[in-house]
Amino acid sequence: MTTLGIPIPKRPIHPTGVWDWLTTIDHKKIGVLYGVTAFFLFLTGGVEALWMRVQLMGPEADFVTPEVYNQLFTMHATTMIFLGVMPMGAAFFNFLIPLQIGARDVAFPRLNAFSYWTFLAGALILKFSWFMGGAPNAGWFGYAPITGIEYNPGNGIDFWILSLQVLGIASLAAALNFIVTIINMRAPGMSLMRMPLFTWMSFVTAFLLILAFPVITVALIELMFDRFYGTNFFVTSAGANPLLWQHLFWVFGHPEVYILILPAMGIVSEILPTFSKKPLFGYPVIVLSGVVIGFMGWMVWAHHMFTVGLGPVANSVFAVTTMAIAIPTGVKIFSWIGTMWGGSISFKTPMMFAIGFIALFIIGGLSGVMHSSAASDAQQQDTYFIVAHIHYVLFGGAIFAIFGGIYYWFPKMTGKFLGEKLGQLNFWLMFIGMNVTFFPMHFLGLDGMPRRVYTYSEGMGWDYWNLVATVGSVVLALGVLVFLHNFFKTLISGEEAPGDPWDGRTLEWSIPSPPPHYNFVQIPTVSDIDDWWHRKREDDSSLAPVAGSSEDEHDIHLPDPSYWPLVTAVGLFIGAYGLLYTLNIGTFTGFPLFAIVGGSITLVGITAWSLEPVNEPDSDH
Amino acid sequence: MAQAELAHGGHEEHQTTTGLSHKKLLMWAFLGSDCMFFGSLIATYLVYKNRSLGGPLPEDVFDILTTSTSTFVLLMSSMSMVLAYSALTRGNMNGFRIWLLSTCIMGATFLGFQVFEFNEFVNHEVHFECSHLEDLTKFERTFADRCDGTVDEVFIEHAGLTPRTNLFGTTFFVLTGFHGGHVTLGVIWLLAMFFYSLRKGGITPAKHEEVDLAALYWHFVDIVWIIIFTVIYLFGVFPGF
Repeated sequence: MTTLGIPIPKRPIHPTGVWDWLTTIDHKKIGVLYGVTAFFLFLTGGVEALWMRVQLMGPEADFVTPEVYNQLFTMHATTMIFLGVMPMGAAFFNFLIPLQIGARDVAFPRLNAFSYWTFLAGALILKFSWFMGGAPNAGWFGYAPITGIEYNPGNGIDFWILSLQVLGIASLAAALNFIVTIINMRAPGMSLMRMPLFTWMSFVTAFLLILAFPVITVALIELMFDRFYGTNFFVTSAGANPLLWQHLFWVFGHPEVYILILPAMGIVSEILPTFSKKPLFGYPVIVLSGVVIGFMGWMVWAHHMFTVGLGPVANSVFAVTTMAIAIPTGVKIFSWIGTMWGGSISFKTPMMFAIGFIALFIIGGLSGVMHSSAASDAQQQDTYFIVAHIHYVLFGGAIFAIFGGIYYWFPKMTGKFLGEKLGQLNFWLMFIGMNVTFFPMHFLGLDGMPRRVYTYSEGMGWDYWNLVATVGSVVLALGVLVFLHNFFKTLISGEEAPGDPWDGRTLEWSIPSPPPHYNFVQIPTVSDIDDWWHRKREDDSSLAPVAGSSEDEHDIHLPDPSYWPLVTAVGLFIGAYGLLYTLNIGTFTGFPLFAIVGGSITLVGITAWSLEPVNEPDSDH
Repeated sequence: MAQAELAHGGHEEHQTTTGLSHKKLLMWAFLGSDCMFFGSLIATYLVYKNRSLGGPLPEDVFDILTTSTSTFVLLMSSMSMVLAYSALTRGNMNGFRIWLLSTCIMGATFLGFQVFEFNEFVNHEVHFECSHLEDLTKFERTFADRCDGTVDEVFIEHAGLTPRTNLFGTTFFVLTGFHGGHVTLGVIWLLAMFFYSLRKGGITPAKHEEVDLAALYWHFVDIVWIIIFTVIYLFGVFPGF
């Protein structure tokens, strides 16, 4: 490719240290960056949660002010959903999808790096709000018009809007990339119905992302224009309908909960067969039910709005569709149980988390079916019953599966086993802590305790279970601390793991741990579901070797690292602040300095990105 | 090793799982996503249709003849885009450049119409003759009670439409503004390709896919405009919708 005479700095060829991480376009390193960043942000969301639990430990506490409490629950949910669970899912997408489909990288490696750095930019914009005049305070759903400038004049909501917009760009870029990668980069013979379940669920998730995020983007644009430029989208005095926001938000928001849970279901569907030594029970049915969940996720959004007065017809329709979504979910659960049935189960830590996932997700699913009934939901709406439900499906569900996934693939990622004893302790502390924290919330909710209250009076009868929940949250936090201890201990002195430590079934186990940067010496030819499992048992010498020798390693050409994804993301970061902050120079007010600087950096980044060559001519790989 | 290069190089057509190039798939997936973007904006417009508390309203400001003209220009630009791509694949570089530049010019013309139209709306005036009180729009009728002898028989009143005026202004300007933004981006993309094609080896028939991607985007933006023109302009003016 010609450079058109425009001088572009050369691609970094063999960067080391920090530069290696800043310029990397290797999907495995990007996966690690995603994972570590998201886990750190997950911890900050956990601290916000603990803070709330301390405040609610007893009646009439004044550990935090009501204003700070509002910010805490908003930040906790926004952090956990957008900065915790979603990017931890993205970490697995990045690391695993190319390995599971037998590819050397994703379709657009630089776009992949860009989506990580943009995610980081969005995360920083949200988290910095604590130090820049106050965090957002209107809930993660940000209902307008309470988020309008009239009722919420501070900058917190602005940071929330800008952060979610930037995170949306990151998610969109990543999802587009994975869709193309999965459709177009499968190894020979890897038909769609031979793909590992995790890749399948990621595939469905990526479609949900590209179709759901534009809707929240439009809602946020409308809110942003109302706040910044005085438009009337959510101004009720101009005739605006406050339900518009709710509809737009939940049309996005319900697919979003499947964006959170489908990758978790994929992880569990990988762990269960491996540790049961049986193929996944009903593979095509699990795939199909995942796809059906993805479709039906679009038909149920108004069950978040049963109490706003949509009328009996709308409420009935959405109640029925919501109940119907329990069918594909139930199919999955029975298939997972069927997978374990009669298997020779080994209760290693990943398996414990996977079984924990099934148990807790069933509880969350059952309470979900309870409030799919509009009449029942009218009693439960905005009470702690819903808080209990959401934590059973997202903590007991998504987070347990993610922890299981970490224990399962950690040997592949690092070449070392996480400690098994500490792992078991980690699991039991989290499992007990989780149930002690969230199960009492069912009782509190049915007793009428509303969500999002900063305190309650003594005579309400809520003291006991709130205290229990707070104690449970401490146990939960201890479980997470044990994980951190295990993590660092393993990095320093962990037991070495071979390429295929669990007798795995999918292609990522056919290569060394940690994988070489080119993943596969020779792209495998796939002839079965669980191809690697069959390969190991067939002992057919005519099959192409997939692991081991690296004799032709030097013939494998991968693109060189690049500066421009990072530069472009930095431009977006500055530019996003530029929408909020303008300069006043003398009589000239509102000079958009940051927007211009950020926009220019983005422009330079994109231009150089599109013009730089794939490889520097003098690079040797 | 060839398979490593297929992931990132420009000549990957024959080595992907589907046979389609990565970029082509990316563009289709992106357009699917963009459908939801415009779908949400159009839905917002429709939810708020006929809910503005005051004027001006579509029947006050829309000039169907002008907008039909700009719509025609935009649709013709799609045709010249097809001709440009066709010329390129046949190796006719001059034909390609001419049709590509025509596409840019027609796209820019459409944008010019849009600027003109926005300007007209912002400076909209109500021309009022107290002796002719028939055929008034709903909004214009709100001025009728002034015809009690206290004002001149004929008066002109500034009644501009901005994004802040009413729900119609808000939803109209944001929807068509984002469409205009998409067209602007398309014009820049096509212009860049035009200048690129002037350099030796910049755009060659072998690299036709680069043009195909821009063309896909361009046709998509045109199709969105057909929907906007029908749903917002035509349904906005003719009674019964």
